Amino acid sequence: MTTPRSSSPPPNSPEQLCGDPASSIEVRGLNKDFKLRRGPRRSVLHAVVDANIVIGAGRTVALVGESGSGKSTIARIVAKLETPTSGEVLLDGERTPVRGAALSGYRRQVQMVFQDPFASLNPFHSIAHHIERPVKLHHPELTRSQIRDRAAELLERVQLGPAYLNRRPHELSGGQRQRVAIARALAPGARFIIADEPVSMLDVSIRVGVLNLLADLQRSDGLGVLYITHDLATARHFSDEILVMHRGHIVERGSADDVILHPQHEYTQALREAAADPERLGALRDEVRAELAKEV
Amino acid sequence: MADRLAGVRHLLPRMSAKFVVGLILVGAITLFGLIGPQFTVDPLDSSFKGLLPPGGEHPLGTTKLGYDVLAQLATGTRGSLYVGLLGGLVALVLAIGFGIMAGYFGDWLDEILTVFTNIMLVIPGLPLVMILAAYVQSAEGLGDFARSSTLVALILGITGWSGSAIVLRAQARSLRTREYVAAARVAGEKGLRIIAVEILPNLVPLIAAQLIWGVMAAVLGEAGLSYLGLGPTGSVTLGTMLNDAQTGQAVGAGAWWWFVPPGLLIALLGTGLSLVNFAIDEIVNPKLRAAPEAARQQRKATKAGKGVASGGSFA
Repeated sequence: MTTPRSSSPPPNSPEQLCGDPASSIEVRGLNKDFKLRRGPRRSVLHAVVDANIVIGAGRTVALVGESGSGKSTIARIVAKLETPTSGEVLLDGERTPVRGAALSGYRRQVQMVFQDPFASLNPFHSIAHHIERPVKLHHPELTRSQIRDRAAELLERVQLGPAYLNRRPHELSGGQRQRVAIARALAPGARFIIADEPVSMLDVSIRVGVLNLLADLQRSDGLGVLYITHDLATARHFSDEILVMHRGHIVERGSADDVILHPQHEYTQALREAAADPERLGALRDEVRAELAKEV
Repeated sequence: MADRLAGVRHLLPRMSAKFVVGLILVGAITLFGLIGPQFTVDPLDSSFKGLLPPGGEHPLGTTKLGYDVLAQLATGTRGSLYVGLLGGLVALVLAIGFGIMAGYFGDWLDEILTVFTNIMLVIPGLPLVMILAAYVQSAEGLGDFARSSTLVALILGITGWSGSAIVLRAQARSLRTREYVAAARVAGEKGLRIIAVEILPNLVPLIAAQLIWGVMAAVLGEAGLSYLGLGPTGSVTLGTMLNDAQTGQAVGAGAWWWFVPPGLLIALLGTGLSLVNFAIDEIVNPKLRAAPEAARQQRKATKAGKGVASGGSFA
């Protein structure tokens, strides 16, 4: 049924990458080092080592790994919040700018949803400010009322409605805030969204709602999404391709089902084992009870 | 209105006793300085008899040269507040410029600005101000400006910003790493706009505290300079009044009405500004609000015989 993937090229080789280079973000040979200084001792932390990722339009690529594995660093580099030590980020096959007007053009295409909805909205400003500013920045030709209409429309798209425009962040729940953050990311008219653990700070009960919203928007707009998470289950459910990251290296990649069902790398296997599975835990409990009963 | 204020309520001071008393003190003194001079005689009219004790036509008596003390006090308060406000504002603008720019932009700009701030911080304040004031005032071509309170305020401002700059830099460094600042960068906002629109509003309590501190320092600095004879001799301030009283040997003559009122007013203004500052500090650091409350409850419990520390079987 399944062919062993040992015959395929090693997991980090460009040959295995798929997607249409004409409409994609490509991360090529990316390295990021952080210089650490503790007193007189200096050392270098290799946060990301030779990462290659392609996110095609309309596809969701999940980047899975534990805290400190370098996945958020990749997100910040693709969002142009950090500069890589070496390697490059290509948009539609072309090299991307670091500053100036050209960077503004890049930002119009590539937006980010942050991890903590309680920190990513400025407590001082209204929801209107958060959504209207990116619209205005990237569409200076619009009039004030057109900008407001667009903001209301964006809030409708994330199922909040224009009544929220005059609210302030502290009046909203975590899920509502994250919807606002998604609307803000859509505001410039982005084609690619980097979602950096978008639901990890939310209540378990509303996570699926936010993820479904992202998935709906992705389908209707043909967005390319880089979904960063430590949760294998949602990664499998919501993405086409999964990359597993461990200590700065991408150790495994493949289609979502393939990686989850037939993990090749021992780290991926460990990750899968670690995921709580109610049925397996139930079986374990029965086993222990049987042991105890025997002893009595 | 209530709706609009809801989000910024945590930035406003609570109506505590400290805040109200401070506000009343500062308000009353400011009012006195603003409208007092309209109702008094000319403070530089020396046609009265010298060293009259309080009473009658002169509620606070007269000075040795025959000036009306109440008139001098009103005009002096206005002069001192002007120096304080201008000096405080100049210091604040410099502190924001150096502190927040260094904190937000970081890297080499931070290094340069911080070195400069630290140099300003370790130079002893009063001697520097004295040298600067003496030097500028003797410079040629300044005319009346050399002896004006505006010049003194500017000197006090440009020597008194470094402490505030350090505080603001630390806070800006912390705010810079907030996700909403990163989000503004991803949205495409420019650095200076991020400082002005995303960071500064969240620093309002801290900036207000720094401004009040700066005003206080400038008022006291002006009084000190004037007392040393380096003040704005061209205008009347609380400091120049004290200087006059000292050179006129008011203490020896027993003319307490000459030096007590300006001294008291400086002390009350300082007290009032400090109290307002404490109230603002409680916004910046909520722990200051919680700690006295906890202490109060503990005292109450002890009084009611429920204390842990005193009484009971463990004592």
